[in-house]
Amino acid sequence: MKRTVPLMLALVGGVIMIIQYFIPHQVSQDVFDYYTSWAPVVSGFALILGVGSITRLHYHKLRAREKNWPFSIAVLVPIYLMPIFAFFVPASLGGGSEFPGFFDFMYTRVQVPIQATMFSMLAFYIASAAFRAFRAKSLLATVLLLAAVIVMLGQVPVGDLLGRWLPDTGQWILRYPNLAAKRAIELGVGFGMLATCLKIIFGVERGWLGGAGR
Amino acid sequence: MTFYETAGVWVAALFTLAIYSFLYRENPLYRLAEHLVVGVSLGYSIVLTWQRILYPRLVQPLAAGQEWLLIIPATLGLLYITRFFPKVAWLSRYPIGFLLGTGMGVSFPLDMQALVLRQIHSTVIPVFTPGTPWDVALGTAVIVLGTLAALIYFFFSKPHKGPFFGLGSRVGIWLIMIGFGATFGFTVMGRISLLIGRVQFLLADWLRVIH
Repeated sequence: MKRTVPLMLALVGGVIMIIQYFIPHQVSQDVFDYYTSWAPVVSGFALILGVGSITRLHYHKLRAREKNWPFSIAVLVPIYLMPIFAFFVPASLGGGSEFPGFFDFMYTRVQVPIQATMFSMLAFYIASAAFRAFRAKSLLATVLLLAAVIVMLGQVPVGDLLGRWLPDTGQWILRYPNLAAKRAIELGVGFGMLATCLKIIFGVERGWLGGAGR
Repeated sequence: MTFYETAGVWVAALFTLAIYSFLYRENPLYRLAEHLVVGVSLGYSIVLTWQRILYPRLVQPLAAGQEWLLIIPATLGLLYITRFFPKVAWLSRYPIGFLLGTGMGVSFPLDMQALVLRQIHSTVIPVFTPGTPWDVALGTAVIVLGTLAALIYFFFSKPHKGPFFGLGSRVGIWLIMIGFGATFGFTVMGRISLLIGRVQFLLADWLRVIH
């Protein structure tokens, strides 16, 4: 019951879904339709698990007055306040310049700017990583450096000023050698994905069972 | 500008600066913004999951007395919660097994199509046809031979020696390095664009020193 049933669920579900792809019949279409309506519902419940886990973690931090405990309030308050506003004050969902609701405000004025800034900050780290990675120590490192410099200069106006060949070469590198390398990697990833699919369906890979209830 | 708009710009600007303050060193303002974004994202996900998935696909059909079979995925989903109770935590493997198995079954033929067959199909192409510009013909030759060479480089079951495997893997690593360099350059430009966007927001929307 603890291990065999979940493994059987994965095996039967996986085999049925593979077979239905190869049999274009109304029955297999119905099976696929059931899957597409059931799977999001099942995965939707996983959010309860996530919210419960993070609540428990921060609740313990608050109760024990652990180091940096006040920040736990900043996590817990919006988790519960946003759904409360969304469900009980539906007007808060709408945007608009006159009376933007709390939910809309938290999303557009807190979440979006913070996330955009976090991603933009990677520009600084990627630049410092470039200094370390791009030292032309060997011929291959020089090739990497040249390709990156040509592509970067090809994307900015100064590259166009230096010569039309620069953006053209940058585009050519992106379109052909880059594609060749990416395609080989993608084929490798594809074969890896196929092997992983089969390993999970046939129960060779069982890491997902975890240690629950052991 | 209304009061709400002004307040929104100020809040967004202060959180932008709070995140950038990490470039100097970690500080309480950064930690506050970091924790807040976790909470807000999760709160947003809860609302989105309810409004887009659970309510229209489960609650509404069940309340209308249709599709009683939906009780099966609902029960499976509820089994996730058993994870909080150690004695019955093993029951949470059921929804995971269902989702993993069916998910892998659905993605197997699709991955075969998208990641293998279509890639091979797009690689095995004529290098030169009359009227093709020289740079396109050269590029096509690079794609055909380059993909093969890069694959040879990743093929570790044979020693990289001899005219086929030796030369192939050497050409392959060159191609891979050009590809990595190009990808790196492209990523840097993407991040720089985001940085420019944030700086523009601070200077134009917040401080109004540029238009």
